This record gives sequence, C-alpha cells and structure tokens, in this order.
Amino acid sequence: MPNSARTPGVAPGRLPRETIDGHFSDLHPEFSRHEAAIEAERCYFCYDAPCIDACPTGIDIPLFIRQIAAGSPDAAAMTIFDSNILGGMCARVCPTETLCEEACVRNDAEGKPVEIGRLQRYATDALMATGEHPYERQPPTGRRIAVVGSGPAGLACAHRLAMKGHDVVVFESRDKPGGLNEHGIAAYKTVEKFAEREIEWLTAIGGITIEFGRSLGSDLVLEDLTRTFDAVFLGVGLAGANALGIGGEDLANVESAVDFISRLRQSEDLTELPVGRDVVVVGGGMTAIDAAVQSRLLGADSATIVYRRERERMGASEYERNLAASKGVKIETNARPLEIQGGRRVRDIRFERTRTGADGIESTGETFRIDADQVFVAVGQKLAIEASLVEFERGKIKVGEAGRTCHPRIWAGGDCASEGDDLTVTAVAQGRDAAEDIHKSLA
Amino acid sequence: MASLNSEFLGIKSPNPFWLASAPPTDKEYNVRRAFQAGWGGAVWKTLGFDPHIVNVNGPRYGAVWTGDRKLLGLNNIELITDRPLQTNLDEIKIIKREFPDRALLVSLMVPCEEAPWKKILGRVEETEADGVELNFGCPHGMSERGMGSAVGQVPEYIEMVARWVKSNTRMPVLVKLTPNITDIRFPARAAKAGGGDGVSLINTVSSITGVNLDTFSPEPTIDGKGTHGGYCGPAIKPIALNMVAEIARDPETAGFPLSAIGGITTWRDAAEFIALGAGNVQICTAAMTFGFRIIHELTEGLRLWMEEKGIDAIDDFRGRAVPNVLDWQYLNLNYVTKARIDQDLCIKCGRCFAVCEDTSHQAIRINPGREFEVIDEECVACNLCVNVCPVENCITMAELQPGEIDARTGRVVEKEYSNWTQHPNNPAACAAE
Repeated sequence: MPNSARTPGVAPGRLPRETIDGHFSDLHPEFSRHEAAIEAERCYFCYDAPCIDACPTGIDIPLFIRQIAAGSPDAAAMTIFDSNILGGMCARVCPTETLCEEACVRNDAEGKPVEIGRLQRYATDALMATGEHPYERQPPTGRRIAVVGSGPAGLACAHRLAMKGHDVVVFESRDKPGGLNEHGIAAYKTVEKFAEREIEWLTAIGGITIEFGRSLGSDLVLEDLTRTFDAVFLGVGLAGANALGIGGEDLANVESAVDFISRLRQSEDLTELPVGRDVVVVGGGMTAIDAAVQSRLLGADSATIVYRRERERMGASEYERNLAASKGVKIETNARPLEIQGGRRVRDIRFERTRTGADGIESTGETFRIDADQVFVAVGQKLAIEASLVEFERGKIKVGEAGRTCHPRIWAGGDCASEGDDLTVTAVAQGRDAAEDIHKSLA
Repeated sequence: MASLNSEFLGIKSPNPFWLASAPPTDKEYNVRRAFQAGWGGAVWKTLGFDPHIVNVNGPRYGAVWTGDRKLLGLNNIELITDRPLQTNLDEIKIIKREFPDRALLVSLMVPCEEAPWKKILGRVEETEADGVELNFGCPHGMSERGMGSAVGQVPEYIEMVARWVKSNTRMPVLVKLTPNITDIRFPARAAKAGGGDGVSLINTVSSITGVNLDTFSPEPTIDGKGTHGGYCGPAIKPIALNMVAEIARDPETAGFPLSAIGGITTWRDAAEFIALGAGNVQICTAAMTFGFRIIHELTEGLRLWMEEKGIDAIDDFRGRAVPNVLDWQYLNLNYVTKARIDQDLCIKCGRCFAVCEDTSHQAIRINPGREFEVIDEECVACNLCVNVCPVENCITMAELQPGEIDARTGRVVEKEYSNWTQHPNNPAACAAE
C-alpha cells in the first residue's frame, strides 16, 4: 500500500507523483508576450517613482517597464541587470508585495499594483534565454579579490569586480554555488534549476573562479586572505541555525527548517523525500512559511506554524501568510514552545499561551499540546564564523558605508553583515556596492 | 420616453445611427445582419461601373493600437466595391424591400463626366433606395484615377458634379467630403452651391500606419511595398469634430444638412456631433472593431442621456454647441483659472509635476510625502496636468471669481468679457482702452 497523508510518522510519497509535480511547479508562471504588454501598459511612469526607492537595488523600474511596452525586453533586462545582476532570481523570490509593488501608486488608484516582479522576470528571462552574457570586462587590472561565500551578496560582488577588470576567487563551503538561492528558497519559487543556470550565466563574464569546499575556520584563514589578495569580501551568510533551548530538541524528527528546505531543494525526486504526517514549524519568518507550505505540498496531513507574538508581527509578509493559509497551513499565534515530547521520536509539543505586555512577551499561564510527527525550528540563523580581524555587532559583522569593516581590506555584505536584512535583493545591493567601493579603493 | 426617430434629407430611420459606406455595407448579407441588429440605416458601399475594380490580395487594413491593443485608428486601402454592378443593385433592392423602415442610401463613384453619372443614377433609382451619396472622399487608389478625393479636393468639380447629379435624379443627394484639404468650408459651400441636399464628412485621412523596421516597408505591406490608405477610427474624431463645426458655423453653410462621420465609437461621440449640428451620424470603424451589436449601446446610451437632459427628440439638441465654437480672437481673456489637485484622489504618481516642470511653467511643487501642489504664481492654467493625470477629476481647473487676484499676474480678475480684438498688445485692437 502506498503512503498517504494519514500514514503515521515521517514518510515519503504521501501524494502521487503527478500531484507533487503540480504542487512544485512555478508559483508565478512567466508572462506571455501578450500578458507582459498589457501589464506594462499599466505603469504610469511616475516621476521619482516610489517603486525605485522601495527596491534595495534601486532598479529604474518605470524605465524597464517602458522598454517592455516599447517592445524591447532585452533593453529592459539591461536596465535591470545594470542595477541588479541577480535580477532574474529577485524577480522570482523578492517579496515584491512589501517592496516595489507595495509602493506602486496603482495601489492607491485601484488596489492592484503593476506586477513588477513578473515583468522583471519576463525581461530578464528573455535576455538570459539568448544564452549570451551581456557584459564585457574592462581591461585586466591585475588585482585579485577574494569573495567568501557564493550567495547573492558574494555573486553580485564578484560580478561587479570582474566587470571592472579584476580577478575574483570565490570560496564556497559547499559543493554547489548559490547560497540561499540554491539551498534556502522554496522550490516552487525557482523551478527548473534556475539558481544553477543563473550562476552559470553570471560567471560567463569571465574572471571569476569558484573554489568549492572551502570555508573560513576550516581551511581558510582571514589573515591569509588579506595577505594574498588585494581585498576580501565576506558574504558568508548565517550558516548556523538558532535553537529553541527547550527540552526534547534532540529527539528524532526535530531539525532546523533550513536543513529541511535545503534537502528539499537538492532532492532529485520529491516523491522520495520523507515528510511528517503532522508537521509543526516554530517561528514566524519566511523560512517558517516555506517549510510549512512545502510540507503540505509534499502531502503532510497537517502543518502548523506556531509564532510567539501576534500575527501582524510575523516576519513573513501578509502575502506569504495568505499563501500559507491557501495551502492549508494553520498559523497559531501568541504561543511559545515549552517542551518537545516523545520517546525516541517526537510525539507532540507543549506550548504556553503568550501575550505582549509592557516588558515584551508574557505568559498567560494557559498551556496546550499539538501532535507532531516532525518539528522544524525556524527561529533565525546565526553567524557561524569567528574572525579576529573584524568587529561584530549583535551577532553580525559590523559594517559601515558600502560594507566596509574596521579592516581596510575587508568588506562584508548580505545576511552576515550588520546591515543585512534576510533578503536576496538587499544582499545583491550590498555585494554590488562593496564591489564599487573596493574598486575605488584599489584605484 | 425620448424618441430617437430620425428624419434626414426627408429620409426616415428609427434611429440616427447609419452604417457608413465602407466594407461593412458591401453585401446583402452584411447589411441584413446590421438591420437585424437594429441599425437605423446604411449607405451601401460605393458602386462604380463594370468592369468592376479589383482589390489587392494582400492586407487591406493597417492599424494603430495602444499598448494593450486597443484599436485607436484603422487604415484602409480597399477600393470601392469589387463586385459586378448588377449584383449590388439586386441586393440593394432586396434589402430595401425587406427593411422598408430603414434608411438605405447608395454611395456612387464614376468618372467625372455627366453621362456616366446620369447612367448610374437611373440604375440606382430602380432599386428604390432612399438616396445617393457622392463619394468625393476616398484618398487612395481611386483618386489616382481622377475620382474620390481627386474631385473632393477641387470645389469647382464638387459643384459641377453635384449639379449634374441633381439634374438627373429625384433622389436626395448627400455629398461626402474628404478631410485631405486645407479648409473644409470651401468643399461644403461648393456642395451646397451645386444643389446637393447635404454633406457627409469626414471621409478617411491619408495615412501610413507604420513602417516595418525589418523590411523597411510601410504598413500595411503588399509584397514589401505599401501605399497610403485612408485613416479612420477614434483617432480621427477630433479632426472630424472640428470640420463639422467649421461648416456648421460658416454663415454660408449654417443649417445645411450634415451627416457626421469620423471615429464615432460610443453614443457620447454621436451626441457630440449632433450637438455640433449633425442631423445624424455614420459609423464604420466601431462596427469593424466590435461587430454590429454595439448598436444597442449606441441607441440606449443616447436615449438615456436625452431623458436625463429632458430632451425629447434628436432635433431638440442638434446644433446646441455650435454657438459656443468661436475663433480664438473672441475667447474671453478675463477668464482666469488655476489648477487644483484633490489630495484625496491623488495617487502620487507625479506625472503632473514631471510634465509641468519639464515642458510647461514649473507651477507644481512637491511637498514632503509626495504631496503635489500647484503654485498659483506660476500656473498659466494650461491644463496639461489635467490631461496627463491618470485619475479623472483629481486635477481640475478652478475659476477665479471677479475681484480675486491672479497670483501670477498680480492683477484683479475683471468681471467684464474682454478678448484679443480689444487687447492693448494687439496692434489692430479696435476697442483698446
């Protein structure tokens, strides 16, 4: 008998293959030319457009939309890539509902913004489909820069530096580049190995070498990098997962949500990926949503997100929360876990009700249990490196303008930096700006 | 209930919406469908003598669209009917007998001599059609052969042919004018002088709708080449409105029956033409874009509006806007307005600012929070901000009352009407003070 949603424990193949394939197809399918033309026509070409301000990479959105409307998607793509070389990925994963599209004046006009994200994807996909890399490198400078981490910050930094004629060596701890783009984002947001294809396209500019299995603290020493390279950019992300610090976290089938998502992203056959019957996710951010939604899409009978504060304080946007609800995810708010219970494996979790009081979260004294065959912890990630040359601030690498650290030859950006905010697009902006600053410093 | 009954040149129809002489009126089948749908009348596609003309076998139409493919203008290189004369005449007779309450006119185009006109008029009379329309308008193809707009561009020819026609038929004669001329009043006067019973306008505007940037050929393209066609549809309505108004307010032609044509798409367009003096309207492109069913929107929209206005019949508002069309020199220079932006309606797109700052008078400022505000000291009331604002009625023009001070000029707004003919800056001022 094949498994079903009701099969107890953690089991693969809870749904037929066709159903799972359908569940993990593109969340927002690509615009056809006709759809793009109609949507592009909706842009008002605002003066000093609010959407540009709302984009961390400051893409000239009205310009690229006008270029789509004028029948030049390739020109539109160049407008995007000039500001954001990972514009293809950002078009897929940006929470546009809290960025550019939230700022769109069409919200005031009729409550429906221009679909900027999908238009951006239309343009960037069109150019990337040509298979040619659109930028040429400037003459070689002979300078070498080390980029640690091949996530969005590192890649954006590497590309901009390569463009300027510098040689870049990217050090990646895993055996595959991409960072969270490759390992951390929900599968239905980046189908058909887009993250991989994008990196292939991006590095086609030349001058970028990626070395795998190399990480700070194991075989890389920051001091050595500063001696052997002209500059160092740290885009190492937050590789460590925070723990709940409660009893039972070591039980079987309790793990960090990022590990589950990474396993899912790297899975070649999702019907073979086991998932719990009753899944509980502790946390309130995008990672919690991605873990819970994908559990349901794999066939979990129930998936519950439990967040310690009020719903509107969740890190996940309203759009993401509604997406989760539409996939049958239950969101339980004002509750925090007391203990994960079970024998060898998790059986349930005991929670206490909370409220927000004058001193933050308070207990109401009321407790309850939720059955769980599998528990994902999504209460944030933390920096997994220690280095003596840079300063830290609230658990992240302290940076100033353009990602400068206190060391004159070290820059940092993305989630590992004190200015990071868990967004791909912010990481891209910081990597790019650091590259410009490094370039200036080498002049 | 308001009545849409129409009587034009003595021809009755249940509503003032006729199909213009054009592809939709080329055959019995099409016209029957139109009349079944409720159209008040039709002008049959232009007839000529046999051997009948031939059309190109590549594309006949080109178009101009908005980005979301709304059709703004259509261009046509189709010629007059390409079917045998007798076939058309037989079908006209069948349709007229089948729909005796509808207006059915026949458009004609034959060489510029009296004999052919006399000959064809006799044939048309046998069909029992209600009247004829002289096609002096088509700007493409036939004009190269000395017909269509080649006649319409020479007032003397218009007068001459109109006279021949009137002296050879008992039928009412409508003279269709081309807009491809500098002053439409001269052809209209000629039509009247020749004894025509009325004019219909405008025919199509000479045009090329685009150039194919791969083949470098004009659109529509026939084997890599193109020719100018006749432009019609919503894009030409403003041109038509002006030409209709010019004829309606010309003392020599004021009150001369006029059938309006040119981009009429909704009932509102029709009402505007009638307000400028048209006795009825003719429609083509709207039908060619949406099909004949639009007639229900046209008739019911017009009827409802008339009822709201307390207007009982078409003739009761015909020409009501004509006295308000003036030469520029008679416009009141003491009428002062200022743009006003309704902050509640504003969506903060800033287009008003961009265009005023870049292309007008720097009369809009941006306050904190993207609040756009008009600077009265600079605002010349050009109306550009109103025109580019995406939200209807968000920006309006507020009239300054007499006694108020125009912040731009520092002058008190005068109560009295005063125009350019009286202005001290006018060297020819007749009543300067």
